[in-house]
Amino acid sequence: MSEEMSKLAGPALGDGTSEALPRRGLHQDALVATTRSTALEFGKAWEYAPAPEASDHVKIALRYELFIGGKWQPPRSGKYFSTESPSTEVKLSEVADAGAEDVDLAVRAARHAFDKYWSRMRGAERAKYIFRIARALQEKARELAIVESMDGGKPIKESRDVDLPLAAAHFFYHAGWADKLEYAFQGRRSRPLGVAGQIIPWNFPLLMAAWKIAPALACGNTVVLKPAETTPLTALLLARIIEEAELPPGVVNVITGAGATGAALAAHPGVDKIAFTGSTEVGKRIQKAAAGTKKRLTLELGGKAANIIFADAPIDQAVEGIVSAIYFNQGHVCCAGSRLLVEESVYDLVVRKLKDRMATLRLGDPLDKNTDVGAINSRMQLDKINELVLSGSREGAERFSMACDLPSKGYWFAPTFFTNVAQSSRIAREEIFGPVLAVQTFRTPDEALEKANNTMYGLSAGVWTDKGAKIFWMGQRLKAGVVWGNTYNKFDPSSPFGGFKESGFGREGGRQGLAGYVELDG
Amino acid sequence: MTKAKKDAAPKTLRTEVKEEAASVTGLPSNGTLVHDRAGRAFASRVRVNKAYKMYVGGAFVRSESGRYTQVLGEPDLGADPRTVNVPRGSRKDARDAVLVAKNAQEPWASRTAYNRGQILYRLAEVLESRRAELAQSIVRAGSSKAEAEREVDCTVDRAVYYAGFADKFQALLASSNPVSGPHFGFSVPEALGIVGILAPERPALLGLVSTILPVICGGNSVVVIAGEHDPRTAIVFCECLATSDLPGGVVNVLTGQAKEIAPHIAKHREVIAMDLWTEDAALTAACEKDGSANVKRIKAHVPLGEDIYNEARGQGIGWIERFLETKTIWHPVGV
Repeated sequence: MSEEMSKLAGPALGDGTSEALPRRGLHQDALVATTRSTALEFGKAWEYAPAPEASDHVKIALRYELFIGGKWQPPRSGKYFSTESPSTEVKLSEVADAGAEDVDLAVRAARHAFDKYWSRMRGAERAKYIFRIARALQEKARELAIVESMDGGKPIKESRDVDLPLAAAHFFYHAGWADKLEYAFQGRRSRPLGVAGQIIPWNFPLLMAAWKIAPALACGNTVVLKPAETTPLTALLLARIIEEAELPPGVVNVITGAGATGAALAAHPGVDKIAFTGSTEVGKRIQKAAAGTKKRLTLELGGKAANIIFADAPIDQAVEGIVSAIYFNQGHVCCAGSRLLVEESVYDLVVRKLKDRMATLRLGDPLDKNTDVGAINSRMQLDKINELVLSGSREGAERFSMACDLPSKGYWFAPTFFTNVAQSSRIAREEIFGPVLAVQTFRTPDEALEKANNTMYGLSAGVWTDKGAKIFWMGQRLKAGVVWGNTYNKFDPSSPFGGFKESGFGREGGRQGLAGYVELDG
Repeated sequence: MTKAKKDAAPKTLRTEVKEEAASVTGLPSNGTLVHDRAGRAFASRVRVNKAYKMYVGGAFVRSESGRYTQVLGEPDLGADPRTVNVPRGSRKDARDAVLVAKNAQEPWASRTAYNRGQILYRLAEVLESRRAELAQSIVRAGSSKAEAEREVDCTVDRAVYYAGFADKFQALLASSNPVSGPHFGFSVPEALGIVGILAPERPALLGLVSTILPVICGGNSVVVIAGEHDPRTAIVFCECLATSDLPGGVVNVLTGQAKEIAPHIAKHREVIAMDLWTEDAALTAACEKDGSANVKRIKAHVPLGEDIYNEARGQGIGWIERFLETKTIWHPVGV
């Protein structure tokens, strides 16, 4: 961070402390700012004793190889990289760094498995394999939740109660489709595409693997999965489950690595379909690289969702909704409600109640069962959040950060929101992918709609009002793939998820999600 | 399309015209033949020639560039000169068309599905009433009379097919989502916005109609580049659109060179999708590459050829679904 930026950040915080180091110093500034403006002061009343989830039963190997063709193979590249816990900065394990040769082996293994086993198998038999995966995920759910929280930094409460149940549900749901595809596309025959190269992000590592693998397998495709480099462990444990479920070798291959591995996978001529979840910037690059190749593509990209609170909304519930929209999973959610649009007449009330509610959030050890806000996934992501937050202050928005202690080790960012945000400012336009909310106001439904749709993204939106007709009026006009009315951040395997505009194309989940993994005649 | 038929197709941009033939073929069918002293035949009544123009925003317009392409016809049936000048659309024309398509799209999508269906049916009625003119135009581009009539018949039937689909695909593509929890969830199809279409060269009329109708049936507006082989028939089709109660701007048809115009549509950020019907793989790849700048939904096909006449291939809900989004809505259930 430049000297100039540090200086600019100063006044918003009350002194010249740099925001580049969001440790104790920064946090205390925020605390000072907070106590002046918060209606409720809890003092010590909300302190809980530590309630850590026991992790002694969890086995993480010292090193993981690549899972190719049903075997654990050392990388031809000969390279490994370590994965650390973002909450402690302690190295958890090291994993193989798949090079171009490894990618090639994995794609060939998937092709072989497609030709030899998977495309020839009856749907009813494929289904049973996928049901096995669902069951094993349920059986190993706690262990996987703990590893997810250790490797990615998310609170155990979320990995245990959201990520794992949903991941198992996705396999269970899609298993049932495998022998019913003739009902999915009325009047049209479907056939599998072949080898699917799947590249997934670090925010919901296991859940995203489930979203990708389950429909691909159900539709008769084989898979090469590339998990994110900061969160490879649960995908590797899933590979172990797939091995134990005795799927034919090569039907699912898991190769670890960073961006270069993903690019090599997407570019491999043996891949028939690319499924990518991640940033819009990388998605565009993948789309560009796939031009002229006839590869099928689905993209689930970034978002800058508007969460719209009308004056007639149930305000207390709406405030809960704001918190779960932006602070769920530290805001590392593509569909996070990162823009709050509040009807002007209830603005003061909503902001006060939001501050009160934030005062009760607990930030800290992801393995503590009371933790609401865990660690930022990586140093790199923390830097990006800091940079955008700094730009928010610099562009004249007013910052409020929740008062809390930040642990001395690891990567942390206190839940934050900005008021007085201009539509043109970076924090209102760019995806921050962190616990940072931009608050704006509106006077009429038309203005709310205009502001909500004024973005290149279109993944999701929230509407809070007591009027049913208004929900539907807004719902019809919001340019977003998912609209949550009087709720937010709800997911289900039976519910299609995906974006409008530059948030990508294709759907995941539901009958509609199958379309991304089949070729249809007509 | 057989090789023989391709060879029979007229060449464009050929300017030499045989004077003698031109004057004789300019004869109106109901006119009287008169000879001058040199023995040349001419008509007693001078025919009124039609200026062929592009269809943008509900109006017939020339290219802002002032450029044209000459299209020659087979010996004609009396309505037109042998040579007609068709506008050669430009980048600016494409951008103007996108602007009007943008303004037309939301009002079109927000009409009732029943109303959109009636307008498409009205189009079928108008096409039927202009069968002779459409068939004649196709014949002039090199088809036999029987082939032309078959193409027009199929075109009219296709319009009727999509007219009937306008208020039904929603029920077939939507879903009620049995989510685990106290929520009511459902997903509905919705129009994408503006779709750029590179229409197949052949068959000129049926290809154009089979690509445009499913896309507007879903509530999108379109900017279409007509096939270069027979742009005149595309323009005659637009005259049918103009008299079908279709709001201006929902369908915009440019004539000109696909290679020149398509990349500008691919680069345009207001255009959210493209439907490319071409054998030109390089052009397809270029459009796919440029289209990634705004995550365009690009569908590319080799033209269906004879298959486009096949009801199982040339029409269907799949052609509508390709240019729809899915919107999922959740709401809690409780008291």
